[in-house]
Amino acid sequence: MKHTDISVPDYFHKVVDCQWACPAHTPVPEYIRLIAAGRYTDAYMINWESNVFPGILGRTCDRPCEPACRRGRVEKDPVAICRLKRVAADFKDDIRDRLPKPAEKKNGKRIALVGGGPASLAVARDLAPMGYECVVFDQDPQAGGMMRTQIPKFRLPESVLDEECQYILDLGIEFVGGKRIDSMKALLSEGFDAIFVGCGAPRGRDLDIPGRKEAVKNIHIGIDWLSSVSFGHIDKIGKRVIVLGGGNTAMDCCRSSRRLGGEDVKVVVRSGFEEMKASPWEKEDAIHEDIPIFNFLVPKEFTHENGKLTGVLFEKVKAEYDPKGRRKLVPTGEPDQHFPCDDVLVAVGQENAFPWIERDCGIEFDKWDMPKVDPKTMASSNPKVFFGGDAAFGPKNIIWAVAHGHEAAISIDRLCRGEDIGVRPAPQVTIASQKMGIHEWSYDNEITLDKRYRVPHREKSAALRNIRAEVELGYDVELALKEAERCLNCDVQTVFTGQLCIECDACVDICPMDCITFTENGEETELRGRLQAPAKNLTQDLYVANNLKTGRVMVKDEDVCLHCGLCAERCPTGAWDMQKYLIDMTLAEQACHLKA
Amino acid sequence: MTYVVKPKFHHPELPKNKLGFTHRDYEGAVSTLCAGCGHDSITASIVEACFELAIEPHRVAKVSGIGCSSKTPTYFLGNSHGFNSVHGRMPSVLTGANLANRDLIYLGVSGDGDSASIGFGQFAHCMRRGVNMVYIVENNGVYGLTKGQFSATADRGSKSKRGITNTDNAIDMVGIALQSGASFVARSFSGDKKQLTPLIKAAIEHRGAAFIDVISPCVAFNNHAGSTKSFDYVREHNEAVNFLDFITARAPIHVDYAPGTVEMVEQHDGTVLALRKLNAEYDVHDLEAAMSFLHHHAAKGQIVTGLLYVENESEDLHCHLNTVEGPLNTLSEKELCPGSAALEKINAALR
Repeated sequence: MKHTDISVPDYFHKVVDCQWACPAHTPVPEYIRLIAAGRYTDAYMINWESNVFPGILGRTCDRPCEPACRRGRVEKDPVAICRLKRVAADFKDDIRDRLPKPAEKKNGKRIALVGGGPASLAVARDLAPMGYECVVFDQDPQAGGMMRTQIPKFRLPESVLDEECQYILDLGIEFVGGKRIDSMKALLSEGFDAIFVGCGAPRGRDLDIPGRKEAVKNIHIGIDWLSSVSFGHIDKIGKRVIVLGGGNTAMDCCRSSRRLGGEDVKVVVRSGFEEMKASPWEKEDAIHEDIPIFNFLVPKEFTHENGKLTGVLFEKVKAEYDPKGRRKLVPTGEPDQHFPCDDVLVAVGQENAFPWIERDCGIEFDKWDMPKVDPKTMASSNPKVFFGGDAAFGPKNIIWAVAHGHEAAISIDRLCRGEDIGVRPAPQVTIASQKMGIHEWSYDNEITLDKRYRVPHREKSAALRNIRAEVELGYDVELALKEAERCLNCDVQTVFTGQLCIECDACVDICPMDCITFTENGEETELRGRLQAPAKNLTQDLYVANNLKTGRVMVKDEDVCLHCGLCAERCPTGAWDMQKYLIDMTLAEQACHLKA
Repeated sequence: MTYVVKPKFHHPELPKNKLGFTHRDYEGAVSTLCAGCGHDSITASIVEACFELAIEPHRVAKVSGIGCSSKTPTYFLGNSHGFNSVHGRMPSVLTGANLANRDLIYLGVSGDGDSASIGFGQFAHCMRRGVNMVYIVENNGVYGLTKGQFSATADRGSKSKRGITNTDNAIDMVGIALQSGASFVARSFSGDKKQLTPLIKAAIEHRGAAFIDVISPCVAFNNHAGSTKSFDYVREHNEAVNFLDFITARAPIHVDYAPGTVEMVEQHDGTVLALRKLNAEYDVHDLEAAMSFLHHHAAKGQIVTGLLYVENESEDLHCHLNTVEGPLNTLSEKELCPGSAALEKINAALR
């Protein structure tokens, strides 16, 4: 194998699994250390800079970081990264004086942002402090988009949402509420220097089966129903409710129903339990609120009597896989099942809809009627129009919307400066040794064996009585410290300098995970098989150094390294060092880079 | 000295031996020796050897004297019996223990100061008697605990860290072991676990006095240019005569080697050592030839390593003394007090 080039930022970035997995590349271990140190405000600001909505995401994020967390590979459950983020938001001081100030002088460029959700707000936050005049249009009177209309208040209190939206609006952004944009052509003619489309995927998929029309009064589209609940237009539902669909919207629908009078609430899903799109913890929360989930049932008919819904008829199916591993649901032949109910909520998916974009205004659409968007620059085929969030590539989640927003802001800034938007700024990397003394390191390298701590919940009956009562209470300071201690500090990297190595094997002998091997070089697949412990996880790199005196190579399997620093501690020559690699993704012109 | 506790987590794919243990289960406390000490690698080799042989930790007694090397039994086999004795007196304490309980595996760990200076006589007599044990000398050529004076195994002409040349002659522990009648003699290097671990395994399986001299560089005081026990010097002057490939227990052996390159050495208990010859002329059963080979190469400044001598029909102290079969603590009152008839018989024999 070749000598590993550690000067490429991606190499060590990948080792920080959580940060690498995060679409916005939030430096997770850095803020977790700050939380452990009780520096909640600093931890919050790192988050704010990177993901814009720490308090919101600390409650609602889809947490791609957690399945990636190294702790899950060496112990069982990942660090509760998401809920630690919330801790930073819950315990921070007033941060307003740390935020960027509205630009004193505008730069004369005007940007229109369609939709007031996370994607548009992220773009506006990045651009406004630089002097851009940002105008955000939304059909609703308040900013927040889907975060406000779709996420129930018992998961995300309004105060948190208002606070974090306001931080952005206070940067001198013009928010035009209650205004729906009906024509892209008209918008283009208003002379904006760039237009960002962040209007989400606003259309709930319907279920066109017999009885749909007849029982229309008691069949509701999930996301529309949720937004009506959110605005207080709907405050009750029948006693018996069936929710169709297995995603997070379905979970929000069933749990909201339980709070609006639903006593017998069921979720019925086509697929199996494991394959459901909903996050595992959301399924858990629903089950905890006495909502059973029925699987492998395909809705066949809405039954009704005298124009009133009486229930839903389901066909029983099972999953069969073809040789290519594709799943097919085939009827089992068992008798159909009928579930009586008063109301049905249909949460079987969301779609994009762009009826307001004229197809002849320079924006190309693909065969699925989605705009053609460059995933790197977020640009459409109209050089002035950019897309982000659910509007770009279909329904994803908030953290993706934020990541799109950052990229779009960079593109818009470069466009307005007349620069090539295809050229992207490199991330900023700061490297610093953590050695303080012979046996002292500036990070806590004592590995705790603690299992993941549960977040305390509001007592169930109290939670179900009030739809605005937040269910999760969040970690207290003590629990937060314990959970934060579970973080393995993956950003404190094991850096090897072959020229200093005397090949004494001290690191090999002390490594608790048998990660380090000194051996003859070979092809990667062959080498992986004959290391101190087999390196079977191909998604994790081997760190190879070939500049040793004996001509052998040092191979370190990054997979289950605990970053405990014992290799560096036991190294007599300092060939191993623990160095903190802070990788900061570049934002548009660094305006929101608070350290810069 | 390391203050961080070695985390209990281990690699999820770590192999287990037939007792269900991983090699981590054979570790002891974290070493307090200097970072990079060769002794820690020997510790790791002992751990690996015991793991691979699937030895039950409670069947092992580790005995040591005084010195850096004698601290190491704390760092391996945390669940075994141990005795940290007086300086140079490991052999007599171990001999006593062995006589009392012959069923345990005895690991004597010592250093060049402990065995070649203050305990030199103890070492020689223990070899002479054929005590059934593994005698490991962790040989670094300096007194590390007192900051690097030459020890009795430092080569004449080698230089100390401060540049002083050693004018005394060196004691070659391997030579003494051969001369005193050790039935298994080997030399290895802490920086070469591939060679060392199988030698330790073979020594454990051997009946009688098994001696291994392990050159173990002292990174703090004896790893500089001019030293003959540094990593670089040993690597450059290492003359391995053979390589112990594997050990099997009575199972039929199928190996694909060119004829004459491998020798199968059968031990008393039926285990077989596959010895790959690196020097075709070297015969591990010829004591006289071994001694002259060693002299010859030592004169050229080469360090001969590998399995240097093994006696085919080895015996141990218990055979010589015709002692009772089991450990003394298993003897019942009936055997210990056989009655007046037996006493009468003994007395009659003495008249």
